[in-house]
Amino acid sequence: MSASFILIKRNMKLFFKDKGMFFTSLVTPVILLVLYVSFLGNAYREGFTSDSPGTCKLSESIVEGLVGGQLISSILAVSCVTVAFCSNILMVQDKANGTIRDLRMSPVKSAALSVSYYIAALTSTLIICFTATGVCLVYVAVVGWYMSPADIFFLFLDILLLVLFGTALSSIVHFFLSTQGQISAVSTIISAGYGFICGAYMPLSSFSEGLQKIVSFLPGTYGTALIRNHAMQGVLGEMQKQNVPASIIEELKDSLDCNLYFSGNRVSTSTMYMILSITIIVLIGIYVFLNKSEEYGG
Amino acid sequence: MSDIIQINHLNKSFGSVKAVRDLSFRVKEGELFAFLGVNGAGKSTTINIMCGQLSKDSGRIFIDGHDLDEDMDFVKRELGVVFQSSVLDSALSVYNNLESRAALYGITGAAFQKRLSELAKILDFEDLLKRTVGKLSGGQRRRIDIARALFHKPKILILDEPTTGLDPQTRRLLWNVISGFRKNENMTVFLTTHYMEEAAEADYVVIIDDGKISAKGSPLELKNIYTGDYIIVYGVSEDAVRKLGVEYEQIQNGYRLSVPDTRAATDLILHNTCLFQDYEIIKGKMDDVFLAVTGKTLAGGSEK
Repeated sequence: MSASFILIKRNMKLFFKDKGMFFTSLVTPVILLVLYVSFLGNAYREGFTSDSPGTCKLSESIVEGLVGGQLISSILAVSCVTVAFCSNILMVQDKANGTIRDLRMSPVKSAALSVSYYIAALTSTLIICFTATGVCLVYVAVVGWYMSPADIFFLFLDILLLVLFGTALSSIVHFFLSTQGQISAVSTIISAGYGFICGAYMPLSSFSEGLQKIVSFLPGTYGTALIRNHAMQGVLGEMQKQNVPASIIEELKDSLDCNLYFSGNRVSTSTMYMILSITIIVLIGIYVFLNKSEEYGG
Repeated sequence: MSDIIQINHLNKSFGSVKAVRDLSFRVKEGELFAFLGVNGAGKSTTINIMCGQLSKDSGRIFIDGHDLDEDMDFVKRELGVVFQSSVLDSALSVYNNLESRAALYGITGAAFQKRLSELAKILDFEDLLKRTVGKLSGGQRRRIDIARALFHKPKILILDEPTTGLDPQTRRLLWNVISGFRKNENMTVFLTTHYMEEAAEADYVVIIDDGKISAKGSPLELKNIYTGDYIIVYGVSEDAVRKLGVEYEQIQNGYRLSVPDTRAATDLILHNTCLFQDYEIIKGKMDDVFLAVTGKTLAGGSEK
């Protein structure tokens, strides 16, 4: 077994042994689901029923499908990043308690150390986020299921990409942290702010034009849009089958951020994948570079 | 004996603070080398530079003939470090800790098991392998720290105040183990300590103060230069002692006389043979050396 593999094993063991860290990460998406269902479910439901023109009243099942899709896409988009920040604190803890000195005393390459943190955090985050996705799918199945197997496949792919993005972003942010207090401060800021700037808590279409322009430069926004598209594609397709005019469906897609626009041009799903993938590669590159540059910096 | 560590004109500053100033010294292979100084004297900075944890401003360091700047990987394989406080993962078992640290040196599988059983036997932690490190006593944890440092069979063991806070029995065990490694494997030990009785056992001592070398030599040389001798004489009256005209203090059952060196002690005894019937000559202690050199004392882990 290589040093990297054993380090990944060590990092994951430490994550799962720390009950506080593990359960906080695991419970966060579930708490979000409960809060969303309790406080936002009705608001979303009323939005869909009051906004639909009198000529095309939506069935209760469709409305529940829309509400369910919007809820789970918001939760999963936020969780992929916030859970990654939570799972990835070991690299800061190792600095805070001096363990990193012990690891760096050895001839192991700095890249191996940084990659081991990344892969361990990625794996832990994926385990939690895929579990959360399962719970969310059960919720959707209960309230109104319209998703196809392809939607589910792409939903998991979106989660994977957003977790890769969240883990890379948290690795870079955590690189500059060295105390427990700093971790708490950053976690609070991310938990409170990320949901807004990625369009999970409120659709970007409800933001001012200037703000919409700013967030259109943030790659996380496209991750949210991908998840939303695949969580709601089935129910939107069903609306089409029920002869809801295409213009109304497009309007709905705009208002839900299934359609995103960059400088007035609609961004296709494949472009969203490309943006997210390139961002992930760039962020991982920056992270490895930062670790290499610190090798002799102490 | 060849020089296994050579430090030439080492300098390191943190902003306007000069932590290490033109430091040069040698450590011979197989010797117990004591590196002494109060907190902030520059010991940890020097060690961190030697271990590649800190960059230096100038100077050169050679470990076992290899330049630190050119062959860091080789140097890291030559060094084992026992840090001031344990840096093992307290949530993991002893086995998991040693497994992950050994892997950093490419020691896995059967090689890991073999070395583990060797060290567990020597350091007497066979029954601790499944225990969580965070639940071990200070002494048990120190044994695991030493096992971690020795796992890859380093030629140089750096001990950064290894016995601070340990009970005398554990201290004795650790020193016995370390002495065994020195004897059997010709391992060099680079020690920083606040316990002067440990420093007194060293082959060579360097005392640094404010980033510079203040004194160096064997404990005997340092004692001869920086401290006098003491004669303790028993069963005599204070009047008789006072007549000798030397500085003295009363102790239980006798008096302790201060003399400049052993020759002066011999002369005093030979000129007063009637008085010196029951006596002993004692060299000054390393504490006295340290006080004379730095003007500061070290006691149990903190300077005064």
